[in-house]
Amino acid sequence: MSCVLTAEKVQKLKAARKVLKEIKYEPAKLEKGYANKTLYINLSDNSIVSKDVTEKMKDVFIGGKGFGLWYLWNAVAPSTKWNDPENEIVISPGPVGGITQYPGAGKSLVVSLSPTTGSVVDSNVGGHFGPLLKFSGWDALEIQGKADQEVIVFIDGNKGTISIEEAPLEAVDTHLIIEELTEMYAESEEDKRNISVVSSGTAAQNSLIGLLNFSFYDKRRKSPRVKQAGRGGIGTVFRDKNIKAVVVKFNGVKGDLNNPVDLKKIQELGIKLHKEIHDFDAIQTQKREVGTANLVEIMNDYDLLPVNNFKYGYHPETWKIDSKQIKKKVTQNMPDGCWYGCSMACAKAVDGFELKTGPYKGHKVLIDGPEYETVAAVGSNLGIFDLEHILECNFYCDTYGVDTISLGTTTAFLMECYESNILNKEITGGLELTFGNKDAAMELLHQMSRGEGFSKIAGQGVRKIKELLVKEYGADSHFLNDIGMENKGMEYSQYISKESLAQQGGYAMTNKGPQHDEAWLIFMDMVNNQIPSFEDKAEALHYFPMFRTWFGLMGLCKLPWNDIEPADNRQTSEPAKVPEHVQNYVELFNSVTGKTIDKKELIVQSERVYNFQRIFNIKMGFGQSLHDNPPYRSVGPVTVEEYLSRQDRYDQQMKELIGVDPEGKTIEEKMQITRKYREDQYDELRQTVYKRRGWTENGIPTLEHIKNLGIDFPEVVEVLKKHL
Amino acid sequence: MIKVNNRPIEWQEGMTIKKLINSLKYSYPVLIVTINGEHIPREKYEEAAVADGDDVKIIHPIAGG
Repeated sequence: MSCVLTAEKVQKLKAARKVLKEIKYEPAKLEKGYANKTLYINLSDNSIVSKDVTEKMKDVFIGGKGFGLWYLWNAVAPSTKWNDPENEIVISPGPVGGITQYPGAGKSLVVSLSPTTGSVVDSNVGGHFGPLLKFSGWDALEIQGKADQEVIVFIDGNKGTISIEEAPLEAVDTHLIIEELTEMYAESEEDKRNISVVSSGTAAQNSLIGLLNFSFYDKRRKSPRVKQAGRGGIGTVFRDKNIKAVVVKFNGVKGDLNNPVDLKKIQELGIKLHKEIHDFDAIQTQKREVGTANLVEIMNDYDLLPVNNFKYGYHPETWKIDSKQIKKKVTQNMPDGCWYGCSMACAKAVDGFELKTGPYKGHKVLIDGPEYETVAAVGSNLGIFDLEHILECNFYCDTYGVDTISLGTTTAFLMECYESNILNKEITGGLELTFGNKDAAMELLHQMSRGEGFSKIAGQGVRKIKELLVKEYGADSHFLNDIGMENKGMEYSQYISKESLAQQGGYAMTNKGPQHDEAWLIFMDMVNNQIPSFEDKAEALHYFPMFRTWFGLMGLCKLPWNDIEPADNRQTSEPAKVPEHVQNYVELFNSVTGKTIDKKELIVQSERVYNFQRIFNIKMGFGQSLHDNPPYRSVGPVTVEEYLSRQDRYDQQMKELIGVDPEGKTIEEKMQITRKYREDQYDELRQTVYKRRGWTENGIPTLEHIKNLGIDFPEVVEVLKKHL
Repeated sequence: MIKVNNRPIEWQEGMTIKKLINSLKYSYPVLIVTINGEHIPREKYEEAAVADGDDVKIIHPIAGG
């Protein structure tokens, strides 16, 4: 870290603190993965309340995202907006979260109403906060209300105190405030590892795409680092509530704090997976060397890496930003897990990076990542193949509190608007937003931090920008809806889905919006051709979203599921599911909680929460068929140049799949025929998926289905009946 | 003509699994390859000949991202 934090400065920060409210509590001892208590804080009246976790909550909602959805459901009305005091931010780790024997068990799930979608959103994040919160005696933290001045919430899990404190002098940008607060609350260098800070940044308060950073102290680097809850703008909600940070401190992390019923079994499962990672990571996905960035060149090779606002899937200059180049930048041979015991260790970092722009120009900083998504979002998708720029942008997005995915997809959209003469320098305030213009892209981000200029429009996200361009500048709404890569108000994550019908559904038929954490089916569909029929695709769009939802109920990371595979996985009947690891998860849950689920019940656990989230969307005025419409850019070629770039492919498909001879047809005619075919395919898939999921043709879960799932509570039935 | 993942591909003289993988730009590091149902281990890709009419499967065991 670059800032010089002197003892004098720390004293000054402390002296300016004023405790607005403090309570003492008896930290609950964990039993079978649960503290059985959750913490409610209202910043409007500074009330702090302990709530009991009921058996019903555990049975139906399990924990993590499930708890978040249930609390938020009870907190908001259909009329509640993201910036109303009633909106909440709920953070919960889940019952398996915090174990140290099995890789990837330090995740927190964050739930809130989103500024960009208007509906409920969830985002998962690493870092130490969730487990330390649970070890402090809380299965979830629920923050409601709005403070009338900048505050910090501090939870001390050893002393059993919770305080809300005025924080007038602390920085807002993450790389500064995490250092300040780690220094302020730790009693020694050794004590710093016991602290985790949730923070955001200056751009989060000036845009709708703000993220939350969750810190963990890297004792080798002697520096706090961060992981991000990026999707859905929850950082913006956080800053709107006038929160500078939430801090938890807990000293005494041990492997048995969850008090699981069968620690020995958990250890056995962990040892088995550690060995697989040790033996196979280097020849499989190289998470320990480059994190998720190994995907950059793979996606480019398969025509799946977004280039120039998702127009193309390949670019010859990708080698400049691929994992081979990234590997030269990230520090090697350093254990890099974001929670104890994670041997997958994908949390890579670039050390000592000297910033070239912005308010921290000249500072040498630590950069988390870069992840694949960031490389694609602020690199290839903007036509920028400059790794130094990507790293600089990665740092500033994190410290300013902005989601790299939403920022990248939004900027890509703006660049296409600029090149299509919908935007010009007059509107952008002089920014020449052409593809490849890294200086303009960086300046837009700095503007967002300052709350100035064109960033005030850019920071609204794709959906709201489209509306503004149509209303204020007379832009063609049809074209903007085709090229604006958003669904439900959330910006797409970074994969080209044009040649995978299943992934088009995997993006647009999601609960929160087009983030690939529900389903990533491109290889199964487009490359392997394993799910050729509509029914096959629908089955995959049932199984994988349900299975992957489960990680968010537990406090688990998805990567150790299928970014490492057992040696004999290829011999199983369904290698894409990695059956041995699924069984690990069944046994892990049972060994922590003492319950006796099997792999079918695992899916049902998710299905309850998944359907509840769908119904939550319906309650908020969304969640129906029309909200599952994808932008055409994710389905097929929108422009002539796009069609021409893959003309052989499209012409061949016209002949073989549609049964129309392309010979003698104009490009426009061929584009029209292709579009009709692809849109019809999507509609048929949508109906097949709805049927498989137990929903009506309009995407509404049926009463019979929710009764079977055991979520037919009166308030749920009441919402559904209005739509059935 | 051969089939790769049930899709027709033009067969070429001297075709091996390695050449086929290269021509398809299949760079994903973990593949499950079979010819007419018979598993081909990674170390045999270079020598594993593909004959005209063969049914080849090159499965990428990934549902992640």
